[in-house]
Amino acid sequence: MVTDKDKWREQFARSRKLERRFTTVSDAPIEPLYTADDLPAFDPDRDLGYPGEYPFTRGVQATMYRGRTWTMRQFAGFGSADDTNQRYKFLLANGTTGLSVAFDFPTLYGRDSDDPRARGEVGKCGVAIDTLADMERLFDGIPLDKITTSMTINPPAAVLWAMYLAVAEKQGVPWAKIGGTIQNDMLKEFIAQKTWVFPPEPSLKIIVDILAFAADNVPNWNTISISGYHIREAGSTAVQELAFTLGDGMTYVRAGIAAGLDVDKFAPRLSFFFNAHNDLFEEIAKYRAARRIWARFMKDEIGAKDPRSWLLRFHTQTAGCSLTAQQPTNNIVRTTIQALAAVLGGTQSLHTNSMDETLALPTEQAVTVALRTQQIIAEESGVANTIDPLAGSYFVEALTNRMEKEALDYIRTIDEMGGMLKAIDRGYPQQEIAKAAYHYQRQVDAHEKIVVGMNKYATPEEIKLDLLYIDEVVEQKQIESLKAVRARRDNDAVDKALATLEATARAGGNLMPPILEGVRAYASVGEIINRLRLVFGEYTDPGYF
Amino acid sequence: MNRKIRILVGKPGLDGHDRGAKVVARALRDAGFEVIYTGLHQTPEMIVNTAVQEDVDAIGLSILSGAHNYLFPEVIRLLKERGAGDIVIFGGGIIPEQDVAVLKAQGVAEIFTPGATIDSIVSFVRKMAEQRNVG
Repeated sequence: MVTDKDKWREQFARSRKLERRFTTVSDAPIEPLYTADDLPAFDPDRDLGYPGEYPFTRGVQATMYRGRTWTMRQFAGFGSADDTNQRYKFLLANGTTGLSVAFDFPTLYGRDSDDPRARGEVGKCGVAIDTLADMERLFDGIPLDKITTSMTINPPAAVLWAMYLAVAEKQGVPWAKIGGTIQNDMLKEFIAQKTWVFPPEPSLKIIVDILAFAADNVPNWNTISISGYHIREAGSTAVQELAFTLGDGMTYVRAGIAAGLDVDKFAPRLSFFFNAHNDLFEEIAKYRAARRIWARFMKDEIGAKDPRSWLLRFHTQTAGCSLTAQQPTNNIVRTTIQALAAVLGGTQSLHTNSMDETLALPTEQAVTVALRTQQIIAEESGVANTIDPLAGSYFVEALTNRMEKEALDYIRTIDEMGGMLKAIDRGYPQQEIAKAAYHYQRQVDAHEKIVVGMNKYATPEEIKLDLLYIDEVVEQKQIESLKAVRARRDNDAVDKALATLEATARAGGNLMPPILEGVRAYASVGEIINRLRLVFGEYTDPGYF
Repeated sequence: MNRKIRILVGKPGLDGHDRGAKVVARALRDAGFEVIYTGLHQTPEMIVNTAVQEDVDAIGLSILSGAHNYLFPEVIRLLKERGAGDIVIFGGGIIPEQDVAVLKAQGVAEIFTPGATIDSIVSFVRKMAEQRNVG
């Protein structure tokens, strides 16, 4: 019997078609048409459930954006704490609903501003924080019980978090009333972002200390933001981003359990952080698959009892690596499509990149357009009116299933290597990403992948943008300010705290209490991290390419 | 007979943005050059030490942290100090146009900014190699 589909297929085969491969941005092949045949075993109750219900394919809350719009959280930080404090106040006045701190490289790397390795980097890519004194100025006039703060910080996460806790104390805000996130995801550092200090094992131990301390003392804090963002920026495919991120999350859960923690006490505070790239449907499918994989893992494999432990809540940032230096205003359009993917995929919070970010840190004008993009999606486009609007689409469901399967295949490969730490040790995820990045670049150079304004529709005249410049004076001023803190603090108290810290590290105890003690005494990030380096040693780049 | 050209791909500074450095390292290797990649988080001293020890013809520096105005001149200064001022320096990353001109005036042979193709980088290195083999 000739079906209607056969007729279509025949007609399609006969017709003139474009001579090119149709693939996602990750180079995954896409069929010209999806039908019910692509979902042979589709069971909506089992595969999708309802919003806020297992397996959460349709979203983690029953209400989703009917309850509350996602948090519009713009990542910002540059120069000194005072400069960044001004930017935060500007963003809050313009309707941003959560803060997100970008630290400069010395801080991210646990180095003080006067460390020789910090030369030329202070305040450049983020704000320079050396001691609690800087953190006090960063949040000056911003009540910590009224906003939530995300801090992108990894090897020294415990130190910067301790500083935030100390600022809350000084503001008279109880820890139970503060909320926010520290990235604190070291596995993806070894895989992709490459900001590390200690080797993987002690790095994981510090993370477990934070999980334990938060569960007992800071109940509303998101302790790890398990991140795919940087994996994708490093050049991975969407499936690799999904697989390595969830693989990292699974490793943290198992490490917490192995350390004797009750999974339902720490798992509800784990959150995720994904990239939003240009391929709209691939991204939406990725978020939906992520929720389902995580729910099944936590409930069925780990046996977590609290439904909050099964939820994959996530922040999204649009893809910096997709932006072009050429015709930079086009980046507004790319960012809009990417932000749309995040919203259609059910994100809990979102950062939209500014059009000028391939050139420099964003100006106020560029940041405003980026924020307005989110506001237009939320309040004009209508896409947030109904929950998970693409559910039941043959294409989106088939793509969700395929990405789930391919991610699980990767996770199985990693398990067979003996887990993520072993896989990292062998350079497996690193090399998979490097291969994918090279493949993509080759495709762009061969015009198999089009980048508008760069390898197609290029124009000779460059659009000039006003760029944000960080004055070199920032570094000198920051070093002087650090010197002044060292001169006026009680140095005996600092020495005592650092000695306790080292002893605790050697004894394998929880490092959060001695770090807090050090921070309160105005010990610097570098002093604390250098002391721990004596105990834990240092990781160096194996340099796979 | 032409000897094989050796290129050091260096990643100075504290940032971990090594996607570009690795793509370029691979591309130069595929194009037949001998490529040494330093890995991340190198100081200018470490890069210059490796360059001198490995007797390279050129150093490609990848900088996306904003510290290019310090790092490029520092590498050039240290190379001169070690009597290796003939090593060609090129680089890439997030480097604003007005800085490119300043860096070139300070002795950086070429700067590749976002959107540069692999082929443009490979042909730059090839041309540089021909000149060195002649000279």
